[in-house]
Amino acid sequence: MKPFTYEQVLDPAEAVARVTGSPEAVYVAGGTNLVDHLKLGVATPDVLVDVSRLPLDEVEGLEDGGLRIGAAVRNADLAAHAAVRRGYPVLAQALLAGASGQIRNVATTGGNLLQRTRCVYFQDVTTPCNKREPGSGCPAREGFQRSAAVLGASEHCVATHPSDMAVALAALDAVVVVLGTDGERRVPMSDFHRLPGDRPELDTTLAQGELVTAVELPALPDASRSAYRKVRDRASYAFALVSVAAVLDASGGTVHDVRIALGGVAHKPWRASVAEERLRGGPATEEAFRAAAEAELAAAVPLDGNAFKVPMAVNTITATLRNLAGGSR
Amino acid sequence: MTVTEPRASVGTPVARIDGEAKVLGLAKYAYEQVVDNPAFLHPVQATVARGRVTGFDSSAAEALEGVLLVLSHLNAPALADTSDQEYAVLQSPGVAFRGQIIGAVVAESPETARHAAELVRVTYDQHPHDTELREDHPDLYEPGQVNPSYPADTDDGGVDQALAAAEFVVDHRYTTPMEHNNPMEPHACTALWQDGPRLTLHDSTQSVHGVRTRLSGILGLDPEAIRVVSPYVGGGFGSKGMPHAHNVLVVLAAQLLPGRPVKLVLTRQQMFTLVGYRTPTLQRVRLGADAQGRITAVSHEAVEQTSRIKEFAEQTTVGTRSMYAGDARRTTHRLVALDVAVPSWMRAPGEAPGMFGLESAMDELAETVGLDPVELRVRNDPATDPETGLPWSSRHLVECLHEGAARFGWDLRRAPGSRREGDWLVGLGMASSTYPAYLMPGNTASVSYGGHGHYSVRIGAADIGTGSWTALTQIAADALGMPFDHVHLEIGDTQLPRATVEGGSAGLASHGSAILLAGQRFRVEHGDAPEAGATTEATTEPPGEPAYATHSYGAQFVEARVNVDTGEVRVPRMVGVFSCGRIVNPRTARSQLIGGMVWGLSMALHEKSVVDHALGHVVTHDLADYHVLSHADIGDIDVTWLDEEDPHANPLGAKGIGEIGITGTAAAVASAVHNATGRRIRDLPITPDKLLLP
Repeated sequence: MKPFTYEQVLDPAEAVARVTGSPEAVYVAGGTNLVDHLKLGVATPDVLVDVSRLPLDEVEGLEDGGLRIGAAVRNADLAAHAAVRRGYPVLAQALLAGASGQIRNVATTGGNLLQRTRCVYFQDVTTPCNKREPGSGCPAREGFQRSAAVLGASEHCVATHPSDMAVALAALDAVVVVLGTDGERRVPMSDFHRLPGDRPELDTTLAQGELVTAVELPALPDASRSAYRKVRDRASYAFALVSVAAVLDASGGTVHDVRIALGGVAHKPWRASVAEERLRGGPATEEAFRAAAEAELAAAVPLDGNAFKVPMAVNTITATLRNLAGGSR
Repeated sequence: MTVTEPRASVGTPVARIDGEAKVLGLAKYAYEQVVDNPAFLHPVQATVARGRVTGFDSSAAEALEGVLLVLSHLNAPALADTSDQEYAVLQSPGVAFRGQIIGAVVAESPETARHAAELVRVTYDQHPHDTELREDHPDLYEPGQVNPSYPADTDDGGVDQALAAAEFVVDHRYTTPMEHNNPMEPHACTALWQDGPRLTLHDSTQSVHGVRTRLSGILGLDPEAIRVVSPYVGGGFGSKGMPHAHNVLVVLAAQLLPGRPVKLVLTRQQMFTLVGYRTPTLQRVRLGADAQGRITAVSHEAVEQTSRIKEFAEQTTVGTRSMYAGDARRTTHRLVALDVAVPSWMRAPGEAPGMFGLESAMDELAETVGLDPVELRVRNDPATDPETGLPWSSRHLVECLHEGAARFGWDLRRAPGSRREGDWLVGLGMASSTYPAYLMPGNTASVSYGGHGHYSVRIGAADIGTGSWTALTQIAADALGMPFDHVHLEIGDTQLPRATVEGGSAGLASHGSAILLAGQRFRVEHGDAPEAGATTEATTEPPGEPAYATHSYGAQFVEARVNVDTGEVRVPRMVGVFSCGRIVNPRTARSQLIGGMVWGLSMALHEKSVVDHALGHVVTHDLADYHVLSHADIGDIDVTWLDEEDPHANPLGAKGIGEIGITGTAAAVASAVHNATGRRIRDLPITPDKLLLP
């Protein structure tokens, strides 16, 4: 572990000014991912700028019925927040499906979005990894593939994004509020994380030094129901093999609106827009759910070691929508 | 052998005497032992799987403030004995597996040592490597013997003919993956080298005397010059049963820094390379039976790996040699030496993977014959040991099976795939457990009277979290006829009388027998009113030729639920009934048996060390990627045992409980999953992808 210095800032603009233009400085909030990276040598900053005490720890209702979540709100607090539990069950469920109680107590909203992949090669500096060391190669393509992506991967990187919370936020059409030296900008969740392409070292579209200050959730239609279903190898403290965040507005046997995001299958929370498109206005039946899920996964390019994710994703999308639609087989 | 009669303390659920200290954080584990002015060591490990170190540039590391020493093959002290290559640390530039120790940094702080170790630049002459176990590997060989000293192969003859003539035959392949022990407390060792020379180690070990004996040979030191201290151990599960390379490394560093204690604690990642693991196994089991389900032929073949530099031959098929009836029987072990880390003991080596194969095949035979799996086992309970022909010292498997079936509600079992609750398929399964009852000779205990009714009992035993502190005190109290709290036990130090390893489920029997003998002899020598200071020491004799076959038995029953959409497996309840001779402390025994079953469930559903064969090392080398059960995976576990004592096992009548709980569990889970889904999973672990419905 390389030595570093630690600084605390109390004002967001001050934090942004400190880090922007200083690539040797990084933000730290809960530290649940970054501290691992410091120990493993994956991250080698000279300066940690602690943003966990910034005045960004409030959850506020918005005039349009939505919610604004400060970037420093702890995962445990957010999951327990009445407005989240009442209005956005998919988000509360996703948060509680992640990590462990101890980690959720310190992990923050902003930090959760900025988690890096848990790909075993990324986390082991004695192995090649294009994300950690561009151009060094991707052993996952021939090696351990269980956690690898089946959608949107590139020849350079098959890593998956590990967050549960971000999958729910993607399905909720959340907007990430970002502060830079030129002021604030608002980034839809769909544009916040990126696919690896030929720049796998970039997880997000954030510019160097930009600080996540909040996440905003639009109001959900009253009739919609939402849920998060995480499939994992053990019942707790495991990353998703496949996860599904879904928001469904269906009545009278018809899908009025549906939003679906997938976790564990791509470099970013994967918005299942093909499936959504097929379902809107159509029948709310298991057959239709399955056909839509299969259409979404038609684009999958699995490896030997993660081919199971395709049928698993199809089944889990189908089951989640089936349960939201209120029917059981 | 006569079982001595008790007993005020043995058999009662005395609370752990070390419990309060552990809960309060006052029990000092190896790394926490207070030493003056410690230095801290961090290893440098090879990043190729096979080759030679051609360059070891430590200039940047040595330039760091606080670095005291950079160690490599270039400057390491020579060892007296390098015949065991696991311990030949830094004696040559050769690299035999990825992650092997090729250097170390010692510094004023652990952070500096770790940082400096990262700054060492190593170049290699890299050679091709082979880390992949295959059933058709051209280098398979028959080992001279398997752990600890069994013949590699047995053959009663006639197996092929008996299989050909059998009414029913099952013939299947089963695999178990590489698994790692992963005790909570990482391996830690502090070494102080002083003039004389004298060497003091604070180690986390299951055997202080074992560490001393091995190190004295490697270092060429008189054993009396070495002191090993290990009062508390946070789990070992075999990985701390013997010293490993890190012990030698820290001693080499200490030798170059005389007078300065050097501390080492391995990282979790390092534990996946340096402290042993369970070999993967490839098993083929063939069983033949007559029309009534009586077994006529048994064949169990295992293929396993060892390291190129040291042979460890796990005894995978040994349990099959005496488990069930059958006149024709063959068991084999084949090994291949690969460019991999050194495998070693891991809880129930042999029986844990081997009973998955045998008991799974029994489940399949029951289905083929059309018999209830419990009844198949009852029908094939042998009257005498099929391997040796000896009578059983005690064998109560059938009672375990019946008692377990009753407690579990085995009669609720339905045809495979026929019970569904919501989105979950529900199934019930079972398997038998067994483990041999070892008794290790040559243990010495001493008893001293301190006056005022208080006694000291001393033996270099270990408590690896199982409750030995408490159970051995109970045995001593009864041997002396004293109340429990009048006996003060001392363990975990080579300054105490010599003791064998706390392993092989034999710690309590072996150490307890010495304590019992010393206590009884003390009373003979000093009477009931001894002088203060009166002392008696006693050593157990090696047993003669065995007159009985001595094993523990158990029956495990499992309910499994499999999600129809995702293939996820959940196990809401398990029942285990065991026959292990006398239980000295029901409270700690219950915990230990539950712990075994929990680990068996973990083995069934989760544990797998994944090797990247291109790179040559375990890539799932942390507790996020190497899954052990979480609390949420564990449902209701009902553990009980038969009220018995084994009069022939040893003077305590106890047979050991450390390992039997993990044996058979995985087969019981696989049996339940089959009953739920109709699918037979023969390759562990049983993960959701293997159960996705097509």
